[in-house]
Amino acid sequence: MTTLEVSKDIELYQGEFSKLGATALDSGNADLGKVRQAAIARFGEIGFPTTRDEEWRFTNVSPIARTSFKLAGGDFNQVSSEMLKTAEIPGMKGPQAVFCNGHFVSELSSLGNLPKGVIVGSLAAAASHPAVRHHLAKHANFENHAFVALNTAFMQDGAFVYVPKGVVVEEPIHLLFVSTSPGETGMSHPRNLIVAESNSQVQILESYSGTEEDVYLTNVVTEVVAGDGAVVDHYKLQREGHKSYHIATIQVYQERSSNFSTQSISFGAAISRNDVNTILDGEGCVGTLNGIYMIGGSQLADNHTRIDHAKPNCESHELYKGILEDKSRGVFNGRIIVRQDAQKTNSKQTNKSLLLSDQALVNTNPQLEIFADDVKCTHGATIGQIDEEHIFYLRSRGISAAVARHLLVYAFANDIIRRIKIEPLRAELEMRVLKAQEIPTDFVFTEGA
Amino acid sequence: MALIDIKNLHASVNGNEILHGIDLKVNAGEVHAIMGPNGSGKSTLAGVISGRDAYEVTEGSITFNGKDLLDMEPEERACEGVFLAFQYPVEIPGVSNTYFLKAALNAVRKHRGEEELDAMDFLRLVREKVKLLGMDESLMNRSVNEGFSGGEKKRNEIFQMAVLDPKLAVLDETDSGLDIDALKIVANGVNALRGADRGIIVVTHYQRLLNYIVPDFVHVLANGRIVKSGGKELALELEEKGYSWIEEPVGAR
Ligand SMILES: Nc1ncnc2c1ncn2[C@@H]1O[C@H](COP(=O)(O)OP(=O)(O)O)[C@@H](O)[C@H]1O
Ligand SMILES: [Mg+2]
Repeated sequence: MTTLEVSKDIELYQGEFSKLGATALDSGNADLGKVRQAAIARFGEIGFPTTRDEEWRFTNVSPIARTSFKLAGGDFNQVSSEMLKTAEIPGMKGPQAVFCNGHFVSELSSLGNLPKGVIVGSLAAAASHPAVRHHLAKHANFENHAFVALNTAFMQDGAFVYVPKGVVVEEPIHLLFVSTSPGETGMSHPRNLIVAESNSQVQILESYSGTEEDVYLTNVVTEVVAGDGAVVDHYKLQREGHKSYHIATIQVYQERSSNFSTQSISFGAAISRNDVNTILDGEGCVGTLNGIYMIGGSQLADNHTRIDHAKPNCESHELYKGILEDKSRGVFNGRIIVRQDAQKTNSKQTNKSLLLSDQALVNTNPQLEIFADDVKCTHGATIGQIDEEHIFYLRSRGISAAVARHLLVYAFANDIIRRIKIEPLRAELEMRVLKAQEIPTDFVFTEGA
Repeated sequence: MALIDIKNLHASVNGNEILHGIDLKVNAGEVHAIMGPNGSGKSTLAGVISGRDAYEVTEGSITFNGKDLLDMEPEERACEGVFLAFQYPVEIPGVSNTYFLKAALNAVRKHRGEEELDAMDFLRLVREKVKLLGMDESLMNRSVNEGFSGGEKKRNEIFQMAVLDPKLAVLDETDSGLDIDALKIVANGVNALRGADRGIIVVTHYQRLLNYIVPDFVHVLANGRIVKSGGKELALELEEKGYSWIEEPVGAR
């Protein structure tokens, strides 16, 4: 019976794939057609993961597998000005590229004043760009990941950001993704490529939101290449509707002395999964992977990270935090691989979860695979409730028990939020947490870290 | 009417009685020292006064300003004017000292029927008190006690007391972990807060602090009972002879 169900899922996607035919990306880059074929074929072989799959042990995706999703189009008339407004970050005045169901919408984007040679916009439109030819689908491996396979098979458009050698982009770039397919169970597979050439610098925010009332699937893959000495600060803000599913893979490739950081901030979706993987493939790299999620109800948030230390003298820092209410569930899996060659690796991983209800649950799993002998790797995980001693301290100064709890939840979240370097984003998130915690907004405390 | 009137106070932790009937009256304007060996119940008494819920009061009463103190939540006690300087102040990453204190002060002021302080007045008050305690102003922008040295934490307690302006301050081993210079600064801070409307209970193991904060009364706590009370000279006597002469012989009642 299970087999039948699985094969039905697969047929559905194969059907959608044939309906789609050749895409704008293929026409600009003939090889991509073959890659897409290979990807749908691979999906046909592996199908959706089950909880018997080690990588998906605590995340049951059968609600996704059971739903008959239809490919959602890029009709931006469905993006109301209200949706756009709530998706924007007040005060972010830099380049903003808007995507509807993964399709670039130039009419809604504002990309004025980019430094010379910098490209921000549609991936499909840039299909023949050398950096696209060189990097697209070369980093995110779909062999063992059904969702990456699906994304690759359905690749049509998404964001392309290109920063030439030595160029510093001062203003943070906002890649704003909205999902909307009213009344249909729509799916979109945005595909993004970020290439920062050597010694360039860029800050990028990917944000995802969608309609609150619809069941939809956003399945995104972002490939990031940080060239020699490049500095890439990446942020991903996930505020999808609460009936939706959000699956994302961020695959990073770091060259010598590059500095890549990402902060993954998740609030929405019924089921969300983030795979953040980086390969430190040159000496002197720094990789920072941070994340926070705040969930409630019966939401599930899964963060899987993989840091591959391939070369010596690199550093990686990782801090993931979760705040869980009601019956929500969190998963953290942090894999760190230190290759035999990667001597003098310095790596630190921390995972902290705050359970605000007896029924909330977290599964956390550090996986260290160390093949070099001269390395410093630490990891730690804590799962717990708010510290009663902290509450008492605040109460003993006149602060009510309820406010004390709220303050401490805020403080827990703020430990991540305060590390955000895009000021308007930091303020927006701080406000959001303060509001969720019913704390007067004059409380704002950002001690830059 | 006494500021605080503790009568026949019995308190237990996990079913073990630790305080076996304490009687203590402190009037506004007085400074009382409570001395006693480690484990005698000093922190327990301080904890019961401030409303720590690990302690269960099984008998007796505490009246504060004519009101039943034991009936109040810890935050109500604070708002009514009770302040505990902790023996071990906790670190709270992510909550700034300034905003924590502002929230606390405004809660207390609201309770007293006073208006909330605006940012400017608050800052002025903070500056004045920071100076009083000889603190580094940059500590105010850090998280509560995070990364503070032992001495900085203790000073921060007295600083908070100075800002919150309580009617009764209970200082639990505020001298421990302080070098002599820090001790003098803290004592000066406390002395500056002595006044006709305020009562202070100084809990300490050593007499040293009492050279700088000279008490009006000294009580000796041993095995959960006040076994001796007297004037400031009692502290000196204890310093000379130690505690052994005062502790009750085993089996005595
Ligand atoms: N939370 C607690 N749980 C168990 N025992 C406690 C607790 N707090 C205090 N005690 C016990 O009560 C007694 C008095 O402790 P305490 O009040 O801390 O003494 P002091 O402050 O005078 O050193 C000690 O025997 C101590 O072990
Ligand atoms: Mg003590």
